[in-house]
Amino acid sequence: MSPVIEPIAGRYMRLQIDGREHRLYWEEAGSGVPLLCLHTAGADGRQYRAILNDPTITERFRVVVFDMPWHGKSSPPEGWEREDYKLTTESYVELVVTVAEALGLDRPALMGCSIGGRVVLELARRHPNLFRAVIGLQSSAFVQRYFDLSYLHRPNIHGGEVCAAYCYGLVGPGAPQKHRWETLWHYMQGGPGVFLGDLHFYSIDGDVSGRLAEIDTARCPVFMLTGEYDYSCTLEASRETAAKIVGAELTVMQGLGHFPMSEDPERFRGYLMPVLERIAAG
Amino acid sequence: MIERLQELVNADPALVRRGRWTNADMLLETGARRWLVAIRAGRIEAVRTVEMAVAPFDFAIRGTEEAWAEFWKPMPKPRHHDLIALIREGKMRFEGDMDLLMANLLYLKLVLEAPRRTGVAA
Repeated sequence: MSPVIEPIAGRYMRLQIDGREHRLYWEEAGSGVPLLCLHTAGADGRQYRAILNDPTITERFRVVVFDMPWHGKSSPPEGWEREDYKLTTESYVELVVTVAEALGLDRPALMGCSIGGRVVLELARRHPNLFRAVIGLQSSAFVQRYFDLSYLHRPNIHGGEVCAAYCYGLVGPGAPQKHRWETLWHYMQGGPGVFLGDLHFYSIDGDVSGRLAEIDTARCPVFMLTGEYDYSCTLEASRETAAKIVGAELTVMQGLGHFPMSEDPERFRGYLMPVLERIAAG
Repeated sequence: MIERLQELVNADPALVRRGRWTNADMLLETGARRWLVAIRAGRIEAVRTVEMAVAPFDFAIRGTEEAWAEFWKPMPKPRHHDLIALIREGKMRFEGDMDLLMANLLYLKLVLEAPRRTGVAA
C-alpha cells in the first residue's frame, strides 16, 4: 500500500514572546481566509488534524495551528527548569497576538477550544480590529475548580496516565474509539505540570465574566459551539456566557464532549461548516 | 451489575494488562448496598457484598443508585457518563487512599464502565 501524504506542512520559528526567546512549532494547510486555531489545555495542535486535512475547508481557508510554548513540539523557554509553568490571561493574549502577527495573518478568524474558547472572547473584546470573527468551542467565561488539580502533577502519580484518565470522560461516550484514544494520547504526551499550568488560566486567573458586555460583535462576530457531554465547560456555562454577549450565537452540539474537533471530527464538521460558510461570506 | 465485574474484567486481556500493577481493595457503594472488589495484578480476584458498617478498604467509590443506573446505560445522559462528571453533579464520592485511586484512575474508569461497553447494561 502506498503512503498517503497529508497536505499539512509543519515548521519551526524562533521569536520573542513577552520578551523571551521561544522556539515554536506550527502547522498549516490551505489558502484563503486565515483561520488560526488554538488547542485545549495540556494538549497540542494535533487536535485539529481533521480540519487541516479537510479539502472543503482548506480550499477557502488558510488553516494555521500552533503548539503553545511548553506543548507538543514547541519548547519551553530557556530557564524553564527553574520555574512553574502558569498560563495567565495576559500571557495567553500576548501569545496569540504575537503568533498571528509573526505569521503575517491578515485579520484571521480565530477558533479555540476550552482555554482557547475562553481566550477568544477576551481577544474579541480587546482586539476586534485584529480578528474578523471568533469561534469559541466549549467556551465559557469561567469554570470553578471542582477537583484538587494537584493530582495532575505529583511524583508518585504518572502525569500522562492521570491527565488522560481525567480527560477520558470529557470525551463524549459515543465518540469513535480511534479518535477518543488519539485525543487521550496527546494528553499522555504532555510535559509534567503543563496541563495543570494551563488550568491556572482556566480555573483561577482567567475569569472574563465581568468583561463580556464590552465585546462588540458588530466589529468581531462571536460564534460559540458547545458539546452537550462536556461536564467541565457545561452547556449551562456556555449559555450563561452567550447571554451576556450581545449578538453572540451559541449552537449546542449533540453527542459531543470537550474536544469536538479531535474526538469526533465527522460529527463536529456538521456544526462547524455553517459557521465557516458565514465567515467566508464575510 | 457489580457481581458481573469479575467475569467482564477478567475476560478482557487488554484491561487486565493495563492494570497489571494495580492491587487494591475497592469498596463500591450503590445507594444502601456495598461491595468489596479485590483487585490483584489487574484481575478481579473476588467481589463480595459488605454487610458490616465498618469494613477495611483502600479506597471507596460511593454513588447513588440512580447515578450508577444511568452510568451503566449504553448511552448515559450528559454528565452521568463519567465518574468525575458524577462527582461534579454531587452524585458520587471518592474516599480513602486518593493517591492509589488517582494513580490507577484510567484503569478503574475502564473497569467500572465494563458493563456498559459489553452491552450487558442494556
